[in-house]
Amino acid sequence: MSGALLDLAYLTSSVLFILCLRGLSSPEAGRRGIFLGELGMFIAVVATVLQQQIVTYEWIIAGLILGGGIGTAISLRIPMTKMPERIALSHAFGGLATALVGIAEYHKHFGTSHVEAMGRVTMGALGFEVFFGSLTFTGSLMAFGKLQGLITGAPITFRGLNVMNIGLFAGCAGLIAYNVAFPGQVHALFYALPVVGLLIGVTGVLPIGGADMPVVISLMNSYAGLAASATGFALGHNVLIITGALDGSSGLLLSLLMSKAMNRSFTNVLFGAFGTGDSGGAAAAKDPGKSYNEATVEDAAAVLQASQSVIVVPGYGMAVSQAQHAVRDLAAVLQKRGVEVKYAIHPVAGRMPGHMNVLLAEANVPYDELFDLDMINDDFARTDAVIIVGANDVVNPAAKKDTRSPIYGMPVFNVELSRSVIVLKRSMNAGFSGVENELFFLPNTMMVLGDAKKTLLSLQAAMKGSH
Amino acid sequence: MITHELVFGLYIFSLATFVGYQVISRVPPLLHTPLMSGTNAISGISLVGSMVAAGLEHNQTSTLLGFVAVTAASINVVGGFMITDRMLRMFKRRGPEKEAGK
Repeated sequence: MSGALLDLAYLTSSVLFILCLRGLSSPEAGRRGIFLGELGMFIAVVATVLQQQIVTYEWIIAGLILGGGIGTAISLRIPMTKMPERIALSHAFGGLATALVGIAEYHKHFGTSHVEAMGRVTMGALGFEVFFGSLTFTGSLMAFGKLQGLITGAPITFRGLNVMNIGLFAGCAGLIAYNVAFPGQVHALFYALPVVGLLIGVTGVLPIGGADMPVVISLMNSYAGLAASATGFALGHNVLIITGALDGSSGLLLSLLMSKAMNRSFTNVLFGAFGTGDSGGAAAAKDPGKSYNEATVEDAAAVLQASQSVIVVPGYGMAVSQAQHAVRDLAAVLQKRGVEVKYAIHPVAGRMPGHMNVLLAEANVPYDELFDLDMINDDFARTDAVIIVGANDVVNPAAKKDTRSPIYGMPVFNVELSRSVIVLKRSMNAGFSGVENELFFLPNTMMVLGDAKKTLLSLQAAMKGSH
Repeated sequence: MITHELVFGLYIFSLATFVGYQVISRVPPLLHTPLMSGTNAISGISLVGSMVAAGLEHNQTSTLLGFVAVTAASINVVGGFMITDRMLRMFKRRGPEKEAGK
């Protein structure tokens, strides 16, 4: 296939990819968009196989079959509650692929007996590609480990860690600059780039807490995109530059949205080691002067029976106890009685952007019952009962008035304005972030402690039993 | 040091970033997870670079690295598109079509 034809094919793919993302502006158009994306990928792959540069096909076919098989197996089996883990893993694979392509390209130029000259632009792009690729690889694996519980979700930090990370970053910038100035002179200084990249991926994510993983995952999305774009610059493939830019801007936009939804700056998320648990809030939680209303399932059922409107606020706890179906079943019982049920979804609820929406959609909750923060926050004052399923920081009134609170300024749901608040929570221990939640001590709040799923099921039974 | 090639690439990169920002701002928070797995699938386009590395002649290192890269990238492409579609299928509206289904 000639160069012009190949470029034309890649152009077609790029346009199809943009249309694919455009389709995601609504669930109806989304599936057609995905089809266009698949078509774009197919065209790009076929056009690449047909170019003359490629002479052996065995390994390509083997890789396609192996990767396709693994990809299919994961997609069919993975439960929706594990989506953040899967996304983190796939960013790791993406980073790995780009890093390896970069190393292979370098090796092609300098590692064989016939050395080809390499332009400085190509060299610089390769440097970025290999660095961002390897950083994304280990960074995403760390995020996966934290989500999966293989590594503690609490931030791990030690004196000088931030300084060390900044030093490593500066070192990488130096290495890239050196390689651009003297391409192919000292190979060790090129191969040092992926090594340092791998290291930064680990040390950069260590001090970030599990609750901040939505930002980390979005950021890794962005880095994977940058690495793919750099590959495009190095290989001269515009389709890679374009797709990488799309991916990069998507990841960046999502991480900005997530940070905004927590009222925290990027810097704070990345270096803040938020939620170390040694803040004043955790100590105050043991304050014996405060008491809360511990309620039984029957008490909660009685409140729900007297309610005409109910808003459910899900959080990460719903994902942990896989309670999304139980939530929906309870909502169905309420709706049968003529109660209006809505769901309030906070942008940072869960462990990745949109996590709660996917879980509830899986449980067949129609998406027009799901509402964003801005859309629903005025409704709480007119609502009879709010059921909080495993959410904590996003319903903490301290974010609105306590300037000393670590989460002060974070936009939260006005749940305390509703007539009664039912909190389903595992125990009275301070939440993951170590921030005390005064909502739990308000007079109109009732705490139903225990596993959320079990509580919801018995709540549903109690509602059905009494009519 | 600034070549035409680089400037041309930067043109494309900047315009694509701008288009990406515009298109992605229109994606509602409802679909942020499918968005993420969707962008992940299309960023599997690095498959193209991986295939070139794996298919070169007389270069075993490149072939091996390329093979691993092709595998990793195709996990993302196949898995990403499939799971995004699986998620999008779950998003349903309340109302007429539900009644019609019964």
